Amino acid sequence: MELYELTIHELQALIRAGSTTAADILSSVYRRIDAVESKVHAYITVTRELAEEQAAQADEAIKKGEIKELTGIPIALKDILCTRGIKTTCGSKMLADFVPPYDATVVTRLRQAGAVFTGKTNMDEFAMGSSNETSYFGVTANPWDLTRIPGGSSGGSAAAVAADECLAALGSDTGGSIRQPAALCGVVGMKPTYGRVSRFGLIAFASSLDQIGPFTKDVEDCAIMMSAIAGHDPRESTSAPAETPDYRQFLSRGVEGWTVGIPREYFLAGIDPEVEAAVRKTIAVVEGLGARCIPISLPHTQYCLAVYYIVAPAEASSNLARYDGVKYGFRFRDGRDLLDMYKKTRSAGFGAEVKRRIMLGTYVLSSGYYDAYYKKASQVRQLITRDFEQAFQTCDVILTPTSPTPAFRLGEKTDDPMQMYLSDIFTISANLAGIPGLSVPCGFTTGGLPIGVQFLAGHFGEGKLLQIAAAYEKHANIEKRRPSL
Amino acid sequence: MKIEKQQVEYVAHLARLEFSAGETERFTSQLNDILLYMDKLNEVDTNGVVPLGSNVVLNNAFREDVVKDSLGPDLALANAPEARNGCFLVPRVVE
Repeated sequence: MELYELTIHELQALIRAGSTTAADILSSVYRRIDAVESKVHAYITVTRELAEEQAAQADEAIKKGEIKELTGIPIALKDILCTRGIKTTCGSKMLADFVPPYDATVVTRLRQAGAVFTGKTNMDEFAMGSSNETSYFGVTANPWDLTRIPGGSSGGSAAAVAADECLAALGSDTGGSIRQPAALCGVVGMKPTYGRVSRFGLIAFASSLDQIGPFTKDVEDCAIMMSAIAGHDPRESTSAPAETPDYRQFLSRGVEGWTVGIPREYFLAGIDPEVEAAVRKTIAVVEGLGARCIPISLPHTQYCLAVYYIVAPAEASSNLARYDGVKYGFRFRDGRDLLDMYKKTRSAGFGAEVKRRIMLGTYVLSSGYYDAYYKKASQVRQLITRDFEQAFQTCDVILTPTSPTPAFRLGEKTDDPMQMYLSDIFTISANLAGIPGLSVPCGFTTGGLPIGVQFLAGHFGEGKLLQIAAAYEKHANIEKRRPSL
Repeated sequence: MKIEKQQVEYVAHLARLEFSAGETERFTSQLNDILLYMDKLNEVDTNGVVPLGSNVVLNNAFREDVVKDSLGPDLALANAPEARNGCFLVPRVVE
């Protein structure tokens, strides 16, 4: 057994027992990166020197008995999170040379918890995509089948965890960008409640939907990571002042007597039969744990995608106005005048998907169309949120498939934006309603591709998600497999 | 058609983007497909429904009005494509 194959909690036990060091763990992880990264391409930037320095500091702390919750644990960061002094590209030519002058709050928190940073992971450009194929820095492959996509937009983080190129990773989720790649790569991924984790230093895509969350190898590690990153941040005005529990307390409680809602709208024609079968099996396991599964309805589900592809591009078109070739990022050098410089900078600096969404967002906010699109979408968003409020009066959590299909082939959907957008159909609702969601592995297809099941809870119900996911993970006996790389 | 080529060109100007003729044609067709899909929303009766812009739990986040550390000019300018004398440099705007 190699150290890189273990989980955070297993390594913590070894560190506490004095049977391994942060330096040993890190060198094991980098041996793994050296062996598989050329196939997977999970990283945009590998920060080996920094990691070695941090591991040395961790070992000093361990010697003094100052062991914190992530001391010596190698963690990867999606390249959308600002890291002081470390290039942060957001997967775009626009920010290919951007070196942030400050750390995102989650990065500060992980540093304070003793974590070691292995590098910055690949992603769809500005987090706009569901396959990692819009990255300016090349595609990431799914570790389970290198001819397939890892999901997106946090595909590099999911692939890095699945391929054991780090112990855990952070991603961001605007419409499913943590949960969908977690499902497609066979790892655990959580999108917390809007406001639970500070967005300070997260490069903005759609500010009313974006949330940062962890990718981990199991549910216990997810609880450890959530305890490290969650909590109020005075530098972020939408950060919730709510108390943050120690999430590990939920892991062993079980779900005896719980009610689990199964929304009929999430089992539609078009869902892959193997995905549906695996999720149906999950329902049976959950019932075996003493929970009652009841059919529920979320009647506005069919409108989520349309609402999302109005709201998210609208917010993106405004957020991405800042890339003007003046303050930071790429500049087209030979503009005739200021306007020409703006246009040529933005046209050359952004990729096709980002431009498509800026165009869509600018259009739906433009004079004469605002009421028909943005206002209408915001009203339907209210109805979608009410659907969930009503549902959570009758059930503790909701269970759905995470993604309608397993990982699709590289290039399969790149020419058809609508087909690509449909792969987020089960994850988007949680962002629109601001509720937390977690994807946990629930089996494999006959072809050996991972399948994920999604749990959803009411606002600040992360503990419930961890509680049911931990109980499920313990009793489901999902075969322990590793991708053969 | 939900959106014509001329509108795409106008929106591109608003968004400070420019496209080749081929790109404009492709964007027009793709934006049409997407906007046609949005028509689904017209099935929903939203009379009297208050629009939901975000799920923010609080209305305002106040703090004491005290000076705190911020980026100095050197750090603020460190990523500028062009800077001179402590300022961002842009193409001439006044003749």
